[in-house]
Amino acid sequence: MQVEVTATSKQSGHLGLLRSMLRIRRVEEAIADRYAEQEMRCPMHLCIGQEAIAVGICAALSSNDMMFSNHRAHGHYLAKGGNLSAMLAELYGRSTGCCGGRGGSMHLIDLDVGFMGATPIVGGTVPLAVGVAWAASLKAENRISVIFLGDGCFEEGVVHESMNFAALHNLPILFVCENNKFSVYTPLGERQASRPIYRIAEAHGLSSYVGDGNDIEEVFSLATNAVDNARQGKGPQFIELSTYRWREHCGPDFDDHLGYRVAHEVESGQKDCPIAKFTARLKQSNILLQSEVEKFETEITEEISDAFNFALSSAKPSAKDAGERIYA
Amino acid sequence: MPNFVNRDITYGQAIREGLDNAMDRDPNVIVIGEGVPDPKAIFNTTAGLREKFGAQRVFDMPLSENGMTGICIGAALSGMRPVMIHQRIDFALLAMDQLVNNAAKWHYMFNGKISVPMVVRVIVGRGWGQGPQHSQSLQAMFAQVPGLKVVMPTTAYDAKGMLIAAIEDNNPVMFIEHRWLHQIKDNVPEEYYRVPIGLAKVMHEGDAVTVAAFSYMAVESLIAAKALMSCMGISIEVLDMRSVSPLDVASVLTSVIKTGRLIVADTAFHSGSIAGELISQVAEKSFDALKTNPVRITSPNHPTPTSHFMTEHYYPDPRTIVDTIVEMLEVDRNLPSYQKMCAMVRRDGPHDTPNRGFTGPF
Repeated sequence: MQVEVTATSKQSGHLGLLRSMLRIRRVEEAIADRYAEQEMRCPMHLCIGQEAIAVGICAALSSNDMMFSNHRAHGHYLAKGGNLSAMLAELYGRSTGCCGGRGGSMHLIDLDVGFMGATPIVGGTVPLAVGVAWAASLKAENRISVIFLGDGCFEEGVVHESMNFAALHNLPILFVCENNKFSVYTPLGERQASRPIYRIAEAHGLSSYVGDGNDIEEVFSLATNAVDNARQGKGPQFIELSTYRWREHCGPDFDDHLGYRVAHEVESGQKDCPIAKFTARLKQSNILLQSEVEKFETEITEEISDAFNFALSSAKPSAKDAGERIYA
Repeated sequence: MPNFVNRDITYGQAIREGLDNAMDRDPNVIVIGEGVPDPKAIFNTTAGLREKFGAQRVFDMPLSENGMTGICIGAALSGMRPVMIHQRIDFALLAMDQLVNNAAKWHYMFNGKISVPMVVRVIVGRGWGQGPQHSQSLQAMFAQVPGLKVVMPTTAYDAKGMLIAAIEDNNPVMFIEHRWLHQIKDNVPEEYYRVPIGLAKVMHEGDAVTVAAFSYMAVESLIAAKALMSCMGISIEVLDMRSVSPLDVASVLTSVIKTGRLIVADTAFHSGSIAGELISQVAEKSFDALKTNPVRITSPNHPTPTSHFMTEHYYPDPRTIVDTIVEMLEVDRNLPSYQKMCAMVRRDGPHDTPNRGFTGPF
């Protein structure tokens, strides 16, 4: 199923989308810049290049909608409204981190904004999101559940099990597949037969859409439609969005010297920058002035600087506390 | 304390009643599993629940053990209290990722912000050709994972009370039932009551040897205790461990300090068993209290064969227990009382069914 892309968002909405993408980009870059200091001592999966998906999807949601994510969760967490200071403190292993230092980059949570948790087992949170949708349905609560999953998830049985149950019970859930074409260094073609991923979801009985994940307006439009459907009781929704990871799978650097991605692909992937593309479009339509971009940049730089200061000045957890909170 | 009127029901009926009472008490309790509402109703332990509570609370389930475990975890994170049921523990192996990586960890890794209140009922087996994949007592495998609780009640009274306690618990609890216990009967109050998780119970008092027993082995140990007492005047102390994690080492230590000897009777394979863990902890904490080497009574370290000709000596029984005790106490086997005792504990009927009245399959 294809949905016609319509410009439903208002002018202020446009600027909000741009600012939100820019903020995620700058946070990720700041993390990358400081990672070499060896103070953030945990695996880090940056989402630079993939910001439009997180932002476009979250812009279509309400604050009481619940979300789960995966190892590359920073963008999802921030776009859903997750606390930046608590995230950075978590990367630094501090007490004020969103998991008090027990999680690190791969385990983010902010229950205040419905960000229910991110974990790094591929496919691991997919059934949890379905369970949350199931509970919402059983309790007749007006909320939907959202799960971000990568292309690699389609190699995991649990994802198919989850989709079947979601369709069987007509659950209010949105599956968002970020297809960045690689699982670590392994291209999609070495892992999966050649068929469109969204058609698999369709075969499971989900309303299924596909689009350009680097075009924020397209993402937002698809998301708005899918979220409306889910809310109206039309059952589970699925959107496959193509995108490209700019940096290494895990870590702050570029790793294209390894040669696992062909040069022209990397180049065109990075040329298709969701932020640059949208900025140019907004400027062309006279919706955005350069001064506004500069204002965003200043505000964001200040916010990030404050959040890093908060994290670095936060208390360190005690090793004595490591055996606590095993049981509720 | 619940009122004790004389009301003997089976362990299986007690489980059903526990579910029924818990669902009455808390609308967030839901029950799901392969075959839950079917005509066999998980050995009748879920019979009538759908009729009473409706299809919105009692579910059959796709053959998706891992996915459905994750879905139950998600529901639990949203305030439901799912009870998931696997007719064989072996099926739960398909759900190890969700149980170990998510259910057990969620509370810890998110710093205690949220927890996973769910129960996974699993049934372990013995005899009647259960074979390599329908009979494994894998409690130690689950007990090794911090964040999971693991219980193995032995009596009908405890089965109901511990099931209710497990459902009320804010953590994931593996509730392991031995299929041969389903038909035993004891006094079970009709009302809602809890039996705390993590406490052993003295089933038979004695001072010669401590036998710490799990699940069906507690029944076998009680038979052994009665025979030892009546034939040879040997009094052993039998502890029904009831919980595997947390493990009530303190109660075992108290008993071992009195008896000086320890046998752990487990339904599992020998190596890596919870029996070995319990002995380690007793040795670490109170080595001097032990007058003799502690002993594990378990199944051997090989998969369970199916043919009943091959399972003849596979499962330990009361004879194994009395012989272990006789050896430990260096009692003369030529005594007529020993022969009498052996006759007393001899199984009446085939070795691969819980009783003569039983006919397969199960």
